[in-house]
Amino acid sequence: MSIPGPGIEAYRDVAPRGAVDFLLHLSERVRGRHFVHVNSTRVGGGVAEILRRLVPLMNDVGVKADWEIIEGDRDFFAVTKAFHNALQGEEQVFTEAMLEHYLASNRANASRMSLNGDLVLIHDPQPAALVESRPADGQWVWRCHIDLASPQRRAWSFLRRFVLRYDAAVFSLPAFAQQLAIPQFLVYPSIDPLADKNRELEPSEIDALLAPLGIPRERPVVLQVSRFDRFKDPIGVINAYRMVKPYHDCVLVLAGGGADDDPEGARVLAAAREAARDSDIHVLDLPPDAHLTINALQRTATIILQKSTREGFGLTVSEAMWKGKPVIGGFAGGLPHQIVYDVTGYTVHSVEGAAFRLRHLLNNRELIARMGAAGREHVRRSFLITRHLVDYMALLIHLTQ
Amino acid sequence: MAERAATATRPFHFTGCVELREITGRRARDERELMEEIEGAPAESIYYHTDTVFLRRPLVAGSYPNDFAIWVAVQIRDQVLAERLGMVDPFLFESVERTREEILSILDDHLERLNPVPRVVFGDPFFFVRSHLIEVPTGITARSLAEFRAALAEVDVSAIYLHALDARSRRGVRGGQFAEWLGEELGLAELAERVGRLNPYLGGLERVRQMMLALVDAQLEGALRGAA
Repeated sequence: MSIPGPGIEAYRDVAPRGAVDFLLHLSERVRGRHFVHVNSTRVGGGVAEILRRLVPLMNDVGVKADWEIIEGDRDFFAVTKAFHNALQGEEQVFTEAMLEHYLASNRANASRMSLNGDLVLIHDPQPAALVESRPADGQWVWRCHIDLASPQRRAWSFLRRFVLRYDAAVFSLPAFAQQLAIPQFLVYPSIDPLADKNRELEPSEIDALLAPLGIPRERPVVLQVSRFDRFKDPIGVINAYRMVKPYHDCVLVLAGGGADDDPEGARVLAAAREAARDSDIHVLDLPPDAHLTINALQRTATIILQKSTREGFGLTVSEAMWKGKPVIGGFAGGLPHQIVYDVTGYTVHSVEGAAFRLRHLLNNRELIARMGAAGREHVRRSFLITRHLVDYMALLIHLTQ
Repeated sequence: MAERAATATRPFHFTGCVELREITGRRARDERELMEEIEGAPAESIYYHTDTVFLRRPLVAGSYPNDFAIWVAVQIRDQVLAERLGMVDPFLFESVERTREEILSILDDHLERLNPVPRVVFGDPFFFVRSHLIEVPTGITARSLAEFRAALAEVDVSAIYLHALDARSRRGVRGGQFAEWLGEELGLAELAERVGRLNPYLGGLERVRQMMLALVDAQLEGALRGAA
């Protein structure tokens, strides 16, 4: 399938110096090799978002990349949703019939899919059992995007027996890796600097996007962008802000979504609104496609918070640093892997810690600029999609040489 | 001398690198475990946490330059050990094993004086990762100082790492391959000496590039003035 979008040349101005030429040289070593991705959806969710850019870019640099989608009925996706939650630590019920339906769906998909490739990368649990039908040739790798740090035992022991039939596994953080008798590689996710969420915006665009929100911009703006989810600790953010307010006349913006289709999200949003009760605290419930608005908010912010108490990789931190902002993040998931402590921001363990670092930064305006610039360069080198492409090509070279 | 230095018989081939990271499954939750795991970890893991850090992170004055020091400072909050580990310079040793010995010696000495052993309370354990470095020829070559300067300004920063740093710590090329080539092929001993003394603690790989460019520019300007 052909997906429109910018080719690799479009990244020359945003990737690190020399990186695109280097990528083209790297691709010489894997030119013509066949790389097959399999996941469960072509739209919606972080994996599809990344594959929509990575697959065309792989083809653009000479790798023959294909993207297959596993299909299933409602029952199949109900089982895989239960897997998703159980692998992230939530207790779920699995009956024999559910597990059998999962396996039957994978077998039916295997019989219609083209699964021949030099490297077949299976994303997440939904298509993991396709490995039962793997052809004799080619390397098969299971790519786990979810937090496997403390999975429900029954779900993981079921899935594990399929994972062991792969040649390797890839995780987003070392903490997500498991005891497995196959090699486990580390590949961080990435952001696309040319996507609406991250592309450069003209001042007039920012003005137009933010005008309806009524946020005062003449004072320092502290921002947290995240779903309304208790693990993102919006109440902790409000309390940290209140501690800082006597020292600095600043504005707090909590921007997020997820309250429409998630009853818990609606409760967290209501609690945040109740806790705000201050004209300088703006709680914004944004639609899922408000990418440009979030981009504009991040570019307007003085300091960005991600005070999560539990987190996956937390790419919103890289998005924030890409806008040249210092980030104060909770000590959770991938946040300490993105924030270079005291260089691009701070990781904190408490509400007081967040308040302390906010006050510290607001007292040191030149530090805000310095950390913001360091953060942008850190993201340029480590968390752009061009680096992700390099990692997958390195995996292809390593496993198929 | 000036004529002999103009063109190299052996061109410099710029090679970059990419790093594939393998999770080893080793982890440490306190300083004693850290020492034990460092003792048993594969050499490519020590290399990952001390050398190739420069490929992955920006470096500014005051930040700790290797993963062991960062973990001890941020997660264990043992500033004394972090400071000591922060001074381990793998590019002064001829091999990763010497770096490992140095780190073990510091840990041993530090733990000798401590009871109880400091451990992670709120943070993450130390996860040992192993580096697989894949070399990638860039196709860029230089035969003269001017060509070298042009290539150096444009090449991917991983080439700076490979030629200037990796060459010292894993290939035993004192001063790195840039210095070696400038001295042996272009006969520029003084420039080679200065380039060989540049270290990544000045502010990371891009800073090394900038300083090297400044040294080469000064050399080229001097040659121009000499010719005039």
